Amino acid sequence: MIPKDLLYSKSHEWAKIEGGIAVVGITHFAQEQLGDITYVDLPQAGTVFEAGQEMGSIESVKAASELYCPVSGEVVEVNPELDAAPEKVNADPYGEGWMIKIKVADEPIDLMSPEEYAEIAQAEH
Amino acid sequence: MSTVFAKSVPGREGVWPEKPRTEPVDFIPEGLLRARSANLPSLSELDVVRHFTRLSSKNYGVDSNFYPLGSCTMKYNPKFTEEVAALPGFARLHPLAPQLPGGGDMVPGALEVMYETERLLCEITGMAAFTLHPMAGAHGELTGALMMAAYHADKGHAKTKIVCPDSAHGTNPASAAIAGYEVVSIASKDGIIDPDALAAVLDDQVAGVMMTVPNTLGLFERHLPRIVELCRKVDALLYYDGANLNAILGKLRVGDAGFDVVHLNLHKTFGTPHGGGGPGSGPVGVSERLIPYLPVSRVAKDEAGRFSLRYDYPKSIGYVAPFYGNFGVMLKAYAYILRLGGEGLTRVSEHAVLAANYLRKRLDDLLDVPYNRTCMHEFVASAERQGKHGVHALDIAKALLDRGYHAPTIYFPLIVKEAVMIEPTETESKDTLDAFVTDLREILALAETNPAAVTAAPVTLPVGRLDETHAARAMEITDDLG
Amino acid sequence: MPYIPHTPDEVREMLDVIGAASIDELFAEIPAELRPKGFHVPHGLTEMEVRRRLERLAAKNRTDMSSFLGGGFYDHYVPSAADMLLARGEFYTAYTPYQPEASQGTLQAIFEYQTAVARLFEMECSNAGVYDGGTALYEAVMMAVRHTRRKKVVVSEAVSPIYRIVLATYTKNLRLDLVTVPHDRGGDDMAALTRAMDAETAAVVVQNPNFFGTIQDFTDLFAKARDTGAVSILSGYPVLQTVLKTPGAMGADIATAEGQSLGLPLSFGGPYLGIMTCRKALVRQMPGRIAGRTRDASGRTGYVLTLQAREQHIRRQKATSNICSNQALCALRALVNLCLTGEEGLTRQAALSIENAHYAAMRLCCIPEITLLNRESPYGNEFTAVFPTNAKKIVRALLDEGIVAGFPLGRYYPGLENALLVCCTEKHGRDEIDRLARKVEKAL
Repeated sequence: MIPKDLLYSKSHEWAKIEGGIAVVGITHFAQEQLGDITYVDLPQAGTVFEAGQEMGSIESVKAASELYCPVSGEVVEVNPELDAAPEKVNADPYGEGWMIKIKVADEPIDLMSPEEYAEIAQAEH
Repeated sequence: MSTVFAKSVPGREGVWPEKPRTEPVDFIPEGLLRARSANLPSLSELDVVRHFTRLSSKNYGVDSNFYPLGSCTMKYNPKFTEEVAALPGFARLHPLAPQLPGGGDMVPGALEVMYETERLLCEITGMAAFTLHPMAGAHGELTGALMMAAYHADKGHAKTKIVCPDSAHGTNPASAAIAGYEVVSIASKDGIIDPDALAAVLDDQVAGVMMTVPNTLGLFERHLPRIVELCRKVDALLYYDGANLNAILGKLRVGDAGFDVVHLNLHKTFGTPHGGGGPGSGPVGVSERLIPYLPVSRVAKDEAGRFSLRYDYPKSIGYVAPFYGNFGVMLKAYAYILRLGGEGLTRVSEHAVLAANYLRKRLDDLLDVPYNRTCMHEFVASAERQGKHGVHALDIAKALLDRGYHAPTIYFPLIVKEAVMIEPTETESKDTLDAFVTDLREILALAETNPAAVTAAPVTLPVGRLDETHAARAMEITDDLG
Repeated sequence: MPYIPHTPDEVREMLDVIGAASIDELFAEIPAELRPKGFHVPHGLTEMEVRRRLERLAAKNRTDMSSFLGGGFYDHYVPSAADMLLARGEFYTAYTPYQPEASQGTLQAIFEYQTAVARLFEMECSNAGVYDGGTALYEAVMMAVRHTRRKKVVVSEAVSPIYRIVLATYTKNLRLDLVTVPHDRGGDDMAALTRAMDAETAAVVVQNPNFFGTIQDFTDLFAKARDTGAVSILSGYPVLQTVLKTPGAMGADIATAEGQSLGLPLSFGGPYLGIMTCRKALVRQMPGRIAGRTRDASGRTGYVLTLQAREQHIRRQKATSNICSNQALCALRALVNLCLTGEEGLTRQAALSIENAHYAAMRLCCIPEITLLNRESPYGNEFTAVFPTNAKKIVRALLDEGIVAGFPLGRYYPGLENALLVCCTEKHGRDEIDRLARKVEKAL
């Protein structure tokens, strides 16, 4: 479950970059490891991040994890559904479980291709 | 079973004092008074007694069930210690009394208990001095970390890190972080601390190393002398997490072995009850060089044998508790130590270790034991083998509940997959141990022949497996947040 | 061997299974150089001997005196049924409810406790309790620091000095800026507290009634805190909360308290109970255990520990706190006491305590040289009397008469050496208070 049209970070976030805007979420592997998501703590629109900077956190019943912004830029939109329905991250991590949209400031350098990410996910399994 | 709120009937009379002659509004302006009722339950004494008596029947406790929870030392709690703690001569003492002029003379018996308890703990652990103030083990860890920081600051060191092994109990790194340190984790080798891995991270930035003996796998840390030596070289203080003290009473004195700071869990090793999650008590012992940093107050005894509280320690870290610690808990531990005596305490570790090894040998053909050598008071098994049939540590735990045992600790330590940590303690009879083995072996066999029976457990208790996801998402944490 | 049931035959059988010749062999890994250099713990005593020794030690302590000590810890009446219910082994020999199916007694009790305490303080959420009121206050400050990501904490000097020392001890290495705002003749200086708050302030911390006994309304202050983005924290007194305006009504973000007054013995300093309540928006920052209601697969209602992902056993160094204990038995005791006394009983305790304190203040103020520190302000069951001489002198003189007149404040408030904190509860009688006044007058 590693879509071909996305880029990936070492910390299991994905980014879909189109027209200068990156849509960001966590991967299928990440949501599987976490288990049933109970809460997602996302930044507010307008916040600016560097690539790799901590931007929030995600909780499940048995674990809690930081979220790291995969690209540099300013948050322009935050998924309003996740507050009431965090389970969307489990059910559809690449679709309805999207987390934030960022106006990309710099060309992302540290992101991996789907093939490179596949290796990481395999190794950690 | 419905809650006390559901059972409330307006007008039911509880245990009330007489009606006052005045009303609060006679003395306090109405604007400063409560506007609405608190809507607390209105129940008769019988209602309350029945409700809580019935609630109690839904609990497993050591008094009714074998509780082999690894790392918790669920030993029998001697009943006479409860009586002792309830003596009015102790229970009715106001904590501010000794802070009055001449106040020490009002509570000499209490001060003597504290002084004697400190002295006995020093003798048992080989440490130079103790503070009884920390109110739980984790609180003791924090106190220890704060003293370590004070020591280094006093010496002009600018140390920023604390090292913990990956097998450490979660409170260790949590406490270090609260004391302002960065936590460095090192990988264990062959189940214990690898001195080479430790040496690699021990630079002059390391304030201390936190560890426990035996460690959370129940294994003796055989490289301890080298670890002590390595720490001394960089002036890093060595901290002992006393959760596993039950294994080494009388066999190893951590002060003699070179530890600088030690916390004990009176509610584990010294037989005070766990209370369903507290109150505990986590006294902290120190070596000579850390004495100046102990929290205040400290109990002193003059040449005439009179006790008083002293606060004149300028390098003290301050107050970690409002007063002198959980006095009511420490009383029970003091009574326990007096009862057992030196020889009794030594028998504790001998029989705790005997019982753990006995269980290990009776189960190691069916359960994987990753480090299958002589263990101390507990051992860690892995349910990975049963995992092939779709049965996990959690399922085995639930199946044990059905048979009247509280489950062992599961999924800790993190370095063993599907971990099951078993600590029988010294107070369980061989009959109980044998019955446990028989039942557990049946469950493990069932895991292969009929896994569904195991994964369905528990089925004999008031509730089955509860939906924890729903609990976290719905957040119904009071009756009004439904 | 007390409490160890293994007979020599059983030991033999177990060693055979293990394959060891003796118990000593099981300790072979501990080298000689690590063995104890000494172990001079006295020989064990019989149960009778230990009880006798402790009874003798208990008898040395004075419990016969007429005491007017308070300062955050109060001698209210505790119904006998509370002691009996708490003595049930199923409650006190249980462990933390990590296996919820076998711990529904403890878990439902925690849920009921959380509900009762939230209602008492008119706050939305409560946790299962922390060690004591001082730790609760510290944890509340840390919640504010995490939530706002700011470093400055404004604390009123009228908050318990003992709690302020605890707060300073815990936060010493955290590079926080603790600002203490001086009291104004036993009252909180609202203007000064407001002036101290700015864009760097994480929290403002006050107490009601404050340490001097003064009762105030912090609604305006809390509104101003909200405007600056700071978290408002109020430390309260559970028994008096039945009659006083609540932190919830004042708009507080977090309300903490010492739960000892809810049926826990004074016990010379512990065990106590740290009550923590907060608005729902802050609940994920709240440390400690929290019980939640849920159901099993058959739809049966049950209770579990929830929001555990914040705790030390999962988050380790990133945990909201290192806390591993919730004083469960103390919380249970508070709940049982609340149920036995009910709102009516607790309100009467509060009202009688207030009545007795006002009678005591009136009797003391009849003595010409004595005044109250907080003259204009209302007070509850505690007040601060000011003498023409050092209060310690009065206390000493009255100790000889078998009376503990109160707590001299000079120890914690330089400049207030002549001040004495006097407390009454429903247990005090008129005669007792009359005697206090007579003896104080004689001592002057």
